[in-house]
Amino acid sequence: MESGKIKKIGLGTLLAAMLAFPVVRRVWNNWQQSKQNRQQHAQIIKRYGFYLQNVAKEAGITFKHESPKLDPKLDNIMPIIASMGASVSVTDFNNDGLEDLYFTNSRYGTKNALYENLGNGKFKDVAEKLGVADLNKKGTGVSMGAVWGDYDNDGYEDLFVYKWGKCMLFHNDKGKGFTNVSDQIPLPKWANANTAVWFDYDHDGKLDLFVGGYYPADINLWHLKTTRIMPTSFEYANNGGRNYLFHNLGNGHFEDVTKKMGLTSHKWTLAVSVVDVNNDGWPDLVVANDYGVDELYINEKGKYFKDIGPESRIGFAPKSGMSVTPGDVFNRGNLDLYITNISEPGVLLQGNNLWVPNLGDSGDNMIYRNLANNLGIELGGWSYGAQFGDFNNDGHLDLYVANGYVSGKKRSSDYWYDYSKVAVGNQTIIADTKNWPKMNGKSLSGYQRNKIWVNDGSGRFQEVGEAVGGREVYDSRAVAIADLWNTGAQDIVVANQEGPVLLYKNTVDPQNKWIGFKLTGTKSNRSAIDAKIDLYWNNQHQLQMVNGGSGFCSENQRRIYFGLGKHPVIKKAVIYWPSGLVQTLHSLKADSLYHIQED
Amino acid sequence: MNTAVPSKPRRAFFVSQKYYPTIFITLILVAAEMSFGILEGYPKLATAIIASIVMESILSRVATGKWRNVASAYISGISIGILIRSPLVWPYALGSMITIASKYVLRYKNRHIWNPSNFGVVALLLLASDSVAVLSIQWGNNLWPMLVIWALGFFIVWRVNRLHISVAYVLSFFFFALVRSWISGDPFFAEVAPITGPMYQLFTFFMITDPKTTVSSKKWQVIVVVIIAFVEMIFRLFDAIYAPFYALFIVGPIAMVIDLKIKEKREAPVAVKPAS
Repeated sequence: MESGKIKKIGLGTLLAAMLAFPVVRRVWNNWQQSKQNRQQHAQIIKRYGFYLQNVAKEAGITFKHESPKLDPKLDNIMPIIASMGASVSVTDFNNDGLEDLYFTNSRYGTKNALYENLGNGKFKDVAEKLGVADLNKKGTGVSMGAVWGDYDNDGYEDLFVYKWGKCMLFHNDKGKGFTNVSDQIPLPKWANANTAVWFDYDHDGKLDLFVGGYYPADINLWHLKTTRIMPTSFEYANNGGRNYLFHNLGNGHFEDVTKKMGLTSHKWTLAVSVVDVNNDGWPDLVVANDYGVDELYINEKGKYFKDIGPESRIGFAPKSGMSVTPGDVFNRGNLDLYITNISEPGVLLQGNNLWVPNLGDSGDNMIYRNLANNLGIELGGWSYGAQFGDFNNDGHLDLYVANGYVSGKKRSSDYWYDYSKVAVGNQTIIADTKNWPKMNGKSLSGYQRNKIWVNDGSGRFQEVGEAVGGREVYDSRAVAIADLWNTGAQDIVVANQEGPVLLYKNTVDPQNKWIGFKLTGTKSNRSAIDAKIDLYWNNQHQLQMVNGGSGFCSENQRRIYFGLGKHPVIKKAVIYWPSGLVQTLHSLKADSLYHIQED
Repeated sequence: MNTAVPSKPRRAFFVSQKYYPTIFITLILVAAEMSFGILEGYPKLATAIIASIVMESILSRVATGKWRNVASAYISGISIGILIRSPLVWPYALGSMITIASKYVLRYKNRHIWNPSNFGVVALLLLASDSVAVLSIQWGNNLWPMLVIWALGFFIVWRVNRLHISVAYVLSFFFFALVRSWISGDPFFAEVAPITGPMYQLFTFFMITDPKTTVSSKKWQVIVVVIIAFVEMIFRLFDAIYAPFYALFIVGPIAMVIDLKIKEKREAPVAVKPAS
C-alpha cells in the first residue's frame, strides 16, 4: 500500500478514536452505575455501611411546602422567582433529649410546622399550639427559613424566622410556648432575607445574629413598582439585598452593627456559615452569593470583618453560590468548605466547590484550592443545600447534596434555552423581568435526583444514592442532619420546594462505632455555638464545629457526632470553647453520647 | 534623502497583520482573566494550548514532512480553552486534538473544509455533553467592556480584510432576531441578548472569518454568513442553545465544497478542438 494511503488511514483512525472516546467513557460509567444499583439491603450494608428509608409518612410528618404567589407582573417567570422557601432546622426545643424539626412554608395563609419528636418514632406538629405556625399572613411576607439559638442563655433554644417580609424573633418560654419579641431587635420593616446564622462574633458569651439579603429590601414581590428587579449580571451583580449583623446587648435587645463591622456588600446572598477558617479562635463568615463571587470574612478579633475572598481564591471566580457547608473531609483537623453551584450537562457546568485550605496558613493569608473535581464531588445538578455527615460511621465524612430547581408541568420541555439567551445579555436586558421569555410550564433543571457521596477515606467519593436509597425526585432545597431516633446514626431530613418532606431513617452497620457530644456553655453562649471539638482516635483526628445554621436554609442538630469505624481506640477529645477555654476529655467510650458542660 | 535609515526602527516594531488575530485573542484572554477570572486558573487553558500545538506539530510532520507555523494552532487552543467549560481536564485536551486532527483528515481537494475550532466544539457538544458546556457567562454584563471588545474586534477584522463578513453576520443576526421574536412571541431583547455575550464575540471575529474555511469571493462570503445566520435562526426556533456553532458546522463545509468545485471548473483547462 502507498505510504500516502497508510497515512490517511492512520489519521482517519486517530480522529475516529478521539471522537469515540467520550461515548465509550459514558457507556462504561453507566454500566458501572447500573451494576452498583442491583444490590440488596444486606449487600448494601456490607458494601457501603448504611442504607436510607424515607419514613416521613410512618412518622406522621405530613407537611408539604407551598411556593409563594407573587405580583402577577412576574407571571412569565413566576416559578423562578418563587423558587425558594422550603427549609428545615433541627432543635430540641423542650430539652427532652429528642431532636425536633421546624419547617417553613411560603404562601400567604400557609403555616409553618414544628414537629415534636415523641420518642416512639412518631412526630406531632405543635407549631400552632406554641405560636410559631401562623407566620405567613398576608402583608407580612412569607418564611424562607429559620435558625435556633439560645440568645438569652436561659437554657432553651429561641427561634429566628427570616422572611421575604418582616423577619421574626421568638423567645422560647421553657418549651411551653413562644413569645414574639421581634420588636427587641432592630429588624427592617421589610427585607428579602434568605439566610441567617447565630454566632458569637465578639466572644461576649451572647449569641449575635447575621441575616443575609437576596432581593433588595425596597422590593415587595407582591406589589412591584418596577419589573427591574433582577440581577444586573449573572456573574458580577451588586444590586442584591443588604446583609445585617445584630449585636446581642444582653438585655434581650440587639443593635445593628452591620456598617461598623464592615459587612456592607449588596450581593445576592443565599447562604452563610460560620467557620473559624484560620484557627485563631474567632468565628469567621463564609458567604455564598448567587450571581457573583462568594465572600470570606475574617473576624478581626470581634472588631471588624475583612473580606479576603478574592485573595483566598474562594471569592475570585463568580458562580451561583447556593449553600456553604464546613467539614473536615481529610481528617486533618481543618475545616474544608463545600459550596454548591449550578451544573447542567451541556449547558452550564459551574461545578460545586470543595475549598481546602493550605495547612499552616493563618491570619488574613488563607489560600484555598478547589478539590471538588479531584474528589469526585463536583457535579451535583442545580444544587442547593448540602451537608456533611458520617452516614456509615466509618470515620470519614460523607456528603448529601440536594438538587433540582424548577420541575415544570412539562417534563420534556426545557427553559434552559430561554434562560441561556437572557443570562448572557447586557445588564439592561437581564435586569428587567419583562425581557424574560414566558416559562409556560417548562422545567429548568427540574426532576433531578439528590446526590449521596460516600467518602472512601483515601481521597475519593463515590455516588451511592441509587444503591442506598434517598434519591426521590423533587426540587430539593434544604438538608439537615440529626440523630432522630437516638441510635447513633445520622438521619437525613430534606425539605422540598412545593413538595413533601423526606425523612430518611439511617440504618448503619452496627460494627461501625460512633461517639456524640452535647455541649453546654457557661462562660460561652449556652448553645455552645462556635465551639470546636477535635477528636483523636486510631492515629487520626477530625475537627467539627457547633453551628447556628449551615447549608442552605437549614440547621443541623446541636449535637456533634463522629463516626469511628470498627474497633476504635479513642485517645482524647479536645474542646475549644468560644470563651477561649480548652477542655480535654479522656477515657471516652464508643457508642456513647456525652453531655459536656464548660468547666 | 536617505530612506534606508528610518525604515530600520519601524521594522523592529512591525508585526505582520496575519498575527493580529493571534495578538487580539491573547489580549482578550488576558483582560478577561485578569478582570473577571473566566478561566478559574490556567491549567485547563494550558492543556488546550499545549495539546493543540503538540498535535499540530506531530500531524504536520507526519502528513507533510514539514514543521508548520503554530500560530493557528495557538488560536485553536485558546479558542477551545475559552469556549469549552468543563470541570474536567480531558475535554480541553481532547477538544484541541480533535480540532487539529480535523484539519488533516477532513479534507476536500487538498483543503480542510470545517472550521477546526468549530468542529472541535461541536464534536464535544454532541459526543460529550455530559462533561462539557460552552462559555455562556458574560464579561461583567457591563456596556463598556462589551463595546471595547466589539470595537477592537471590528478593527482587527478590518485590518485583515474580513470586516464585511463580521458586519454581515451581525446585521443578519439582528434581522433574524426580529423574525424569531415575531414567530416565538418572546421579547425582542431576549432574542438579541445572546449577541452581547463573549461566545458571540469569539464566533463573530474568529470563527466565521477564518480565511482557510471561507469561500473565495467577497460577495459569496457575505451570502454564506447570511445563510449561517438563517440556519442559526432555525436551530434557535428548536431551542438549540449553541445554534451558531451548529449552523456553521453545517453551512461552512457545504459552502466550501461548492466553492472548490466551482473553482476547479473555472480553472480546468479548456479542451482545444483539433483543427479539422
